[in-house]
Amino acid sequence: MFDPADENVIAILREKYEDQVLLTEKHYDFLTITLKEDKIIEVIQHLRDHEGTKFQFLTTLCGIHHPEQGQIAVMYQLHNMYNNSRIRLKIYLPQEKPVAPTLTGVFAGANWMERETYDFFGVVFEGHPDLRRILNVDEMTIFPMRKEYPLEDQTREDKRDEMFGR
Amino acid sequence: MDARGTDINTVQPQEKQYSYLNLGPTHPATHGIFQNVLKMDGEIIVDSEPTIGYIHRAFEKLAERRPFNQITPITDRLNYCSAPINNIGWHMTVEKLIKADIPKRVQYLRVIIMELARITDHLICNAVVGVDTGALTGFVYLFQQRELAYEIYEEICGARLTTNIGRVGGFERDFSPKAWEKIHRFLDEFPKVLKEFENLLKRNRIFMDRTIGVGGITAERALQYSFTGPNLRAAGVDYDVRVAKPYSSYEDFEFTIPVGINGDVYDRFMVRQEEMWQSLSIMRQAIDKLPDGPYHAEIPDFYLPPKEEVYNNMEALIYQFKIVMGETDVPKGEVYHSVEAGNGELGFYLISDGGRTPFRLHFRRPCFIFYQAYPEMIRGSMLSDAILTMSSMNVIAGELDA
Repeated sequence: MFDPADENVIAILREKYEDQVLLTEKHYDFLTITLKEDKIIEVIQHLRDHEGTKFQFLTTLCGIHHPEQGQIAVMYQLHNMYNNSRIRLKIYLPQEKPVAPTLTGVFAGANWMERETYDFFGVVFEGHPDLRRILNVDEMTIFPMRKEYPLEDQTREDKRDEMFGR
Repeated sequence: MDARGTDINTVQPQEKQYSYLNLGPTHPATHGIFQNVLKMDGEIIVDSEPTIGYIHRAFEKLAERRPFNQITPITDRLNYCSAPINNIGWHMTVEKLIKADIPKRVQYLRVIIMELARITDHLICNAVVGVDTGALTGFVYLFQQRELAYEIYEEICGARLTTNIGRVGGFERDFSPKAWEKIHRFLDEFPKVLKEFENLLKRNRIFMDRTIGVGGITAERALQYSFTGPNLRAAGVDYDVRVAKPYSSYEDFEFTIPVGINGDVYDRFMVRQEEMWQSLSIMRQAIDKLPDGPYHAEIPDFYLPPKEEVYNNMEALIYQFKIVMGETDVPKGEVYHSVEAGNGELGFYLISDGGRTPFRLHFRRPCFIFYQAYPEMIRGSMLSDAILTMSSMNVIAGELDA
């Protein structure tokens, strides 16, 4: 399942942060590692600075809401431009109080990505220099990308879901 | 002691005061809806506070309620200057999820369209840089050529700006003879116009004085800010998704990745200019090597059957019904696919839970990511340079706000 390059990355990660790694898997040729949230920044810094990994580019960062588990995941996607490999890291936070450390100290580009994640999922990034809403209006009281906020008006009767297999 | 009895040695200058200038949200010089509150010391920008989200349309939320083929029109409205790249990028994401095998001809046709879209995107950006330095002529002149490119889209898919081009699996129809004629006409006429435009500005003393050393960013800072695309390449990093992770048979074509040195307005202009030449060359290569074959993949679960089949064939009718009603089974999985869009790496992070709609769809929008470096890039420069920096970064409001 894992090719040698992935094995190498996992070994480097396990060597120092064995207790942090919860799950390693591969989705459509993409190495995905689930980690505990408390040391995520240290782990990313380690992956960035270690000679064998050099994940020095943050491609993207986003939130994912899993209502059935009561969790909000934050996904980080890093890129090693030297050997052109990518990695996806995930942390799971409780949806009642999603708090994660900020990545802005490691990558300047994480600033707005974290603001967007806060805006849509309510994930509070501790230590973020300017954690405000970014795309929605400041007066908004909800976090709209959470699954409990349906897109369409639920009181409508002319569009019945069972007719559309939803 | 002067005549009025004040000691000039003890006089303090008046306390320094900054003025605040509200640039935008709707300002003709920002070419889109962006607000920047600039803190000015005279004509020098000390700090700026960008506000975005004026045309936020909740695409990620909308996508969670739409079947896969209905998401294509949403992607049109991300970077609307090069809509076909977004459309095709999305189709390829779905094809990756369902592991579809795409015929060579489709891949080559896609390359032709995507490179045409890249040309139209860069063309607008560079023409607007010309306008902001005071050269309106090039803008108007290049727009005639953009019209030609839009006629090609029109011939292929019937639309011009928000193209909704192609389908999951290929194109809705083969390119017509008239479309080919227009493509050849474009390839014949456009290089001359582009050369003329280039000659107008490239070694123009006024243009060079206005752009060299303005709005620069170093490679280190650009990578820190997760820059991609022409803005990163202008800073000297040769990262291009077409080469780093070739998709749609880009490995078959010969082309070079232009890079700049200083990452300033002039370098960004020149990188885009050279990329247009490279795109023209890729288009020519794709046309020369274009293989025969079908214009769509054999994936009846996702690709609509022809209408006459639907009327006469039960199987086709079932497929038509399932696709239109969004009843097709989609595998579970997590896919990330990225394409080199006009502004950089446009990524689609798709989580499918096997339902009719994506469980989560995240767009990695290059504009959103690099625009956060804007305050840093304009700090210490003049107001007129800030305008120029923004237009040369090619910030597209649709992509910025999703």
